[in-house]
Amino acid sequence: MKGPIFSGAIILVGVFVFLKFLLPLFTAPLPASLIYLYVALALSGIMIYGTMSAPSLEAFMGPIFRFLSGKGQTGPAQTARLAVLVLFPLLVGWQTYTKLAPSDLPPAENRTIHPAPPGEFVGLSNPYPKVPENIMMGKGLYAAYCSPCHGANFDGKGPAAPGFNPPPANFSDPGTIAQLQESYLFWRIKKGGVGLPVEGMPWKSAMPRWEVELSDEFIWKIIMGEYDGAGQSPRTWEEEE
Amino acid sequence: MKSLGCWPQHDSQRTGRWNPSLLGWSAFLALLLFPMMAWAGGATQAMSVEYRDIPGVGSRNVVWVVAQQHLLLAGFVLGVPIFAWVCEIVGWKTKEARYDKLAKEFTKLLTSAYATTALFGGILLFLLIGLYPKLMAYLTDMFFPSFLLYCLLFLLETATLYMYWYGWDYMQGNKKAFHLFLGFLLNVFALGIMIVPNSWATFQASPVVVADGTAWERAWAAMQNPTWWPVNIHRLIANVVLGGFIVGAYAGIRYLLAVSKEEREHYDWMGYVGNFIGVFGMLPLPFAGYWLMREIYQYNQQMGITLMGGFLAWLFILQAMLIGVLFLGANYYFWMGITHRIPGSESQYRKPVMAMLVVLLLCLGVWMTPHSLVASLEEARKMGGTHHPLLGVFGVMSAKMTVSNLMILVTFMSFIMYWRAGKQETAGWAKAAKAIMGALLVLAGIAVVVLGVWGYFVPAIIRINYFSVAQVLIVLFIMITFTPLTALLMKSAKTTTEMVWGKMPIRAGYSLVLNAVMVILLMSLMGYARSSSRVHWHIYGVMRDTSEYAFSPALGYAAAFMSLNTFVFCLLVAFIFWVATLGDKAKANPPHGKPIDVPGHAAPAMAGGSPRVGEKLE
Repeated sequence: MKGPIFSGAIILVGVFVFLKFLLPLFTAPLPASLIYLYVALALSGIMIYGTMSAPSLEAFMGPIFRFLSGKGQTGPAQTARLAVLVLFPLLVGWQTYTKLAPSDLPPAENRTIHPAPPGEFVGLSNPYPKVPENIMMGKGLYAAYCSPCHGANFDGKGPAAPGFNPPPANFSDPGTIAQLQESYLFWRIKKGGVGLPVEGMPWKSAMPRWEVELSDEFIWKIIMGEYDGAGQSPRTWEEEE
Repeated sequence: MKSLGCWPQHDSQRTGRWNPSLLGWSAFLALLLFPMMAWAGGATQAMSVEYRDIPGVGSRNVVWVVAQQHLLLAGFVLGVPIFAWVCEIVGWKTKEARYDKLAKEFTKLLTSAYATTALFGGILLFLLIGLYPKLMAYLTDMFFPSFLLYCLLFLLETATLYMYWYGWDYMQGNKKAFHLFLGFLLNVFALGIMIVPNSWATFQASPVVVADGTAWERAWAAMQNPTWWPVNIHRLIANVVLGGFIVGAYAGIRYLLAVSKEEREHYDWMGYVGNFIGVFGMLPLPFAGYWLMREIYQYNQQMGITLMGGFLAWLFILQAMLIGVLFLGANYYFWMGITHRIPGSESQYRKPVMAMLVVLLLCLGVWMTPHSLVASLEEARKMGGTHHPLLGVFGVMSAKMTVSNLMILVTFMSFIMYWRAGKQETAGWAKAAKAIMGALLVLAGIAVVVLGVWGYFVPAIIRINYFSVAQVLIVLFIMITFTPLTALLMKSAKTTTEMVWGKMPIRAGYSLVLNAVMVILLMSLMGYARSSSRVHWHIYGVMRDTSEYAFSPALGYAAAFMSLNTFVFCLLVAFIFWVATLGDKAKANPPHGKPIDVPGHAAPAMAGGSPRVGEKLE
């Protein structure tokens, strides 16, 4: 059995198997939403390639039309056609049912991880100079207050981390603090999870409200220590000297 | 502040829930008249009125729809003159009448849409004055001199358009240069018409401190706000894209309806030109968008995060999907052009097309991958959060910039491939030139990827100021060097297979329509993003929205309105174009089989009744 339909089916199944079963052997499993997205992309690619010219369209769609029209079909082919015509709507129905049926599972989240900070925190800059003493002090404070959750290596793998869902942020990931300005971190540390705005709902953050225990000076120095320890730089609009 | 002249509100509106009452919509026109009577009674209280409302529908929703229709129509009306004029110049220089005919057909669509644009502009103005009097009083106070300038520009644009359109056939031959000058003026005034109101809208998003001075000085100071020019440039390019793809869709539909060979050939060619213009504009558009977002972020961190990392960030994932479909649709059309218009070329180009398709899909996969994934509780637990440890890196700007540059590069190469298809280079240096171009292309691709990966390991400011700019410059370098080089190669090339017009399959027509719908949806989407980034401010940080609509709607609600706007605009454009072509139909099918003796410009321009090329004027 060969032809563009067969090749297309192989590609689709291959993409699905790779994303669903092979990739998780090396890293964390992908959520269904992402797998669906990539498979849909692969399908659109197959459709585009298959319908580009008249011969490719015939080679790709011709067998499908002939199969579904049932012209001249007998025996197993006819049975297969009937099976497809019965099973496909059932499959769609089952999919719809599983999507809509009440479930005790919480819905998929599209929580805003980085909500916009309140106006009073916008434009703040670290008032303390970036000198070794301040960085060292910041690292020391980090070790005392932050590392139990965010880890001694700034990787979000502190001893208390397994107890949290979602887990503490990994500062060594270039997609976290490196994307943010220092003022943003100051807000998040100072106000904690309870200080998240409405757009950050559901408020799933166990981050303490550190303003209760730490002075602003300590918080700014912790930020300095965090960036230095994680090997990242804050987002700025000026280049450092 | 609750309006004194306000209508009693339905509970669902107070709570912000969407109750798309059919009754409310159907009663809209009647209600528009009713409040006028009610407001007339409250004239003595007019000065204290801050807001008015339209019950059942909501003032914000009405303004949303009308403003979006006006902007889309205006985008078309301001974009089309640019390429109509360029097309006319090409026809004048090459002496090919088909370009002149095409330019005239573009202008016919323009004249048809012009009045509707002005109509929606007028409706929008009345609605804004009526529904948001406090805001309008503030903006009028700030910008009044520019209102006068806008009126003057509008008058000049209208007069120039009339002369440009009605004088088309009269100003042939030695008068053509003057007609081209009119086209130039048309574009200059159109640019002015676009940038003046842009200053009002951008002032709302990024206001500046305006010192004392004369009215003109204050207005000028307010106009020069940080996002004014980024929006001007972004809109200018986007208008060309919108105009190109809508013209393409028009040609696509006319192609599908064509019965004669000549019609099929003409509209096939027009569809190609429309798609080309759309793609041509689309290539630099992401760069302009990037500049705009950078300015917004730099202007106000809060606004930048709201857009790119906050609750509006999901709109950018939708944007990636729509742009992806647009890129795929435009390339698909190019590739179909190669296989259908150049007989026998399919086998030669199948492999390169597959390679380009795979690159496009991979890039699109990266662009569409969100930073925070939509995951169930169980899936999030397995990933260790909503960031995937491996694919999470696709969610940040470094990855997005890299793939968008690669997609632009691939699309440009699709065009180059189309250009070269069916021709054999004869120049002695052709082989060397092709080798150099191939090497440059590979190097450019590698450099873009390397800079993208490297971008993860440098401070954000280095990536933004140098790496992203370098990526853009690399792609622009390829476009700027390859275009003249290919033109030189093609000058001496011999045609091995003649291009055949009118042979495209019907799906080509549909793909042109799809592209137009995508770009309309895209503009509705990003227009909403730009506007809603002000959140609960009419003028960011200056004038707070104190109406009952001072909340950001849920994304699903917003998406429904974007779809509604797209649908309404498509209907509107279809109607306008239908009216515009009535004149052609009348000429093509004269009663009793006799040709109509059209005396000069007897048929109104709005009905597309301008005389055809070659017709004598009385």
